[in-house]
Amino acid sequence: MSGFAAVRLPDARWHPAEVAFWVALAAAPFVFPGHLVLGSQVLITGLFALSLDLILGYAGIVSLGHAAMFGAGAYTAGLLARHGWGEPLSGLAAAAVAGAAIAWATSFIAVRGGDLTRLMVTLGIGLMLYEAANQAARVTGGVDGLSDMAVRDLLGVFPFDLAGRTAYVYSFAVLFAVFLVCRRIVRSPFGLSLRGIRDGARRMPALGSPVRRRLIAIYSVSGAIAGIAGALLAQTTQFVGLEVLGFARSADLLVMLVLGGAGWLYGGLIGAALFMVAQNQLSSMNPVYWQFWLGLLLVAMVFVARGGVVGAIGLARERILGRAAR
Amino acid sequence: MFTSLPGVLFDGVAYGSLLFLMSIGLSVTMGLMRFINLAHGAFAMLGGYVCVVGMARLGVPFLATLPLAFLAAAAAGAVLERALYRRLYRRGPLDQVLFSLGLTLMSVAGATYVWGSGQQPMHLPGFLLGQVRVLGVDLGIYRLFLVALVATITAALVLLVRRTRFGARLRASVDDAQASAGLGIDVTRVFSVTFALGSGLAGLGGALAIDVLGLDPTFPLKYLVYFLLVVVVGGAGSIAGTLAASLLLGLFDVSGKYYVPAAGAFVIYALMVVLLLLFPGGLRRGAR
Amino acid sequence: MSAVLRTEGLSRSWGALQAVKEVSFALQAGARHALIGPNGAGKTTLVNLLTGTVPPQAGNVFLDGDRITHLPQHLRVKRGMTRTFQITTLFPGLTVLESVLLAICERKGLGASWWRPVARHAAEIDEARRVVRDLQLEAEADVPTRSLPYGKQRLLEIAVALASRPRVLLLDEPAAGIPVSESAEVFGVLASLPRDVTILFIEHDMNLVFRFAERITVLVEGSILVEGTPQEIAADARVREVYLGEGSHG
Repeated sequence: MSGFAAVRLPDARWHPAEVAFWVALAAAPFVFPGHLVLGSQVLITGLFALSLDLILGYAGIVSLGHAAMFGAGAYTAGLLARHGWGEPLSGLAAAAVAGAAIAWATSFIAVRGGDLTRLMVTLGIGLMLYEAANQAARVTGGVDGLSDMAVRDLLGVFPFDLAGRTAYVYSFAVLFAVFLVCRRIVRSPFGLSLRGIRDGARRMPALGSPVRRRLIAIYSVSGAIAGIAGALLAQTTQFVGLEVLGFARSADLLVMLVLGGAGWLYGGLIGAALFMVAQNQLSSMNPVYWQFWLGLLLVAMVFVARGGVVGAIGLARERILGRAAR
Repeated sequence: MFTSLPGVLFDGVAYGSLLFLMSIGLSVTMGLMRFINLAHGAFAMLGGYVCVVGMARLGVPFLATLPLAFLAAAAAGAVLERALYRRLYRRGPLDQVLFSLGLTLMSVAGATYVWGSGQQPMHLPGFLLGQVRVLGVDLGIYRLFLVALVATITAALVLLVRRTRFGARLRASVDDAQASAGLGIDVTRVFSVTFALGSGLAGLGGALAIDVLGLDPTFPLKYLVYFLLVVVVGGAGSIAGTLAASLLLGLFDVSGKYYVPAAGAFVIYALMVVLLLLFPGGLRRGAR
Repeated sequence: MSAVLRTEGLSRSWGALQAVKEVSFALQAGARHALIGPNGAGKTTLVNLLTGTVPPQAGNVFLDGDRITHLPQHLRVKRGMTRTFQITTLFPGLTVLESVLLAICERKGLGASWWRPVARHAAEIDEARRVVRDLQLEAEADVPTRSLPYGKQRLLEIAVALASRPRVLLLDEPAAGIPVSESAEVFGVLASLPRDVTILFIEHDMNLVFRFAERITVLVEGSILVEGTPQEIAADARVREVYLGEGSHG
């Protein structure tokens, strides 16, 4: 009966490496007090990457337009703060609704059609929103961006300081809370069904699974989270530029997630950290170099990783962290 | 306002023809190899830079740079297909997206490094400038030239596909690559030649587009969505579908910018979403 | 005995090729019914039409007397009709146990449950273990599907279908790819299923067909040639002609 005793199923247990990871992140304000502004940006981008991981890593939807939901959240929170409603947490909630609404509305086309249609639809929606925001410059600030936001103190007590301390703690708390929810989702039967859809979309209806409904659900949740990330950006930097809706943001996000490895939640966080730190260093030298080497890295990753980029990184990961990495 | 309608429509047709030239290669390779190639615009850009360098540095007349642009892009396509693309045909869409995105970034960075990030100035030869009055409407001579050239090339393509042995092999491979290989068709060769041809046409289109769309290193990314749009809406692998989609897109884009400038590019993207809703498989497949 | 699954004039073509031509067919409750015929006869297409994988161009399908002709596949599964695939259609990244568990969760409507981890669903895990044991996949319970040898994948193919506790089970060449010595075991598992499960299976191995089937339908070029008991079919001259002309299948 040796077979069954060794079987591992998705559960809620925490691997020691995970605990260490979060403790390290929480300790950052004390260890690196001077880098908290970059730190919050990394956390926010990590949250954004997490939202993409839900649909890409777990449901298999390749999206080139995830910035649409991110930007929707950013503008929602930004506009609220600009026009008198500066309370951060409710702004966050409004942004989540905005992100979810856009995701939900577009999910109907996004979950039908083949890979190319999906890619086009996600790309197209992103571009559409970008253009719309560009044209509605009176409302959004257009190319100049949205500023003059009066973001109130967090919980009425903590002001957003220039050192970025409040911003970091705020971003960390939101990231951790959302992460806990995502962790539950992917380890639940619903998460199992998403992996089923990703791996075997043909078999799922034969199991009685309403595939489209599941995809619409996870796509909307992902949109809500992306919206929250966008709102965090708006609130912590008190500025929203058009690029929050841009193709570059969606493309960079995809790269980040793939770098860290899609399908295990931490991939987005680690990828975001690596990408942003590297970009910070290399871009200041010469943006052309950054672009070129990034492109080369992508090409190399695709060729070196046999069976796909995600598969190879996953194999390496499993060897390092053991089965808990699933 | 409506007196300018024929002029606007003609501009739309000219723009659509240009789009067709640049997108047909992408459409056929997507229909044939089912490969999502986001780097297709880079070949168009290459053709554009060959034209500019040819004219500015080497003193080659404009018309002579056109075949050069075609050949350079076709050669680049052939080499890359053989070396890189060929190994990825069986991979999933994510890998294809990442690879072609990476190639695009490299080409954009490379172009910036070599030629700088500004717009490339280009001067058309005198006999292509100006306008001519046709049936009471003023039409740009260059745009007339574009439409005529693309019409000729389209006719040649249709002849190639319908009447030649290569064309037959191509059609069979698009229909069913596995069955065609089983029938003894050298599918690998069909792929390479098609890819090279498609890239070459894109390069030619890129050179022709300089005057209409401009040329700078961000060209592949800027116009990527238009190429993809045309392919998805027209249906990958279909010449007729791609042509219809290009013309439709060209007409809507130009008319939109002329009559509703406030909406900008929004019209195109909205049109795309609507068309995808109505025809999820592309115009060629018809309504669901 | 009533027909639990019935078709009337079912037709489906692919371009110029008529795969299924006005097939009117009835599957009796509790049957052990085989669908045989030469390659290209339309057997898989017929199963696709019955399960909703492919829509018909004419005709109707009835399950328990209800018309389900245009009902989506997953809703037919909810009504108790499940199938296996001729070409193994499983989940490469999921382990054997996870795959079976997935089927059980979907059946019990737990697919939308997003808070409790999979590991805490004890009842479902127990049931999954039983199914895995019944199909002799215990040793491979923790192995990802993509690492399984082909024969084991075919067993998993059936395990996943059984986990849905179907009332009507349609099997498309269940023993294909399984070594002859083991295929009898597979059919043994199927034979041990209770009579409230109705079974229709496509099979090329005539030994298995004649050992297991109680009724046989012969499909040739999209139409039913003849239908009857194994003895009647074995004795039928037309059937022998069709098969002698084709040669034997492995």
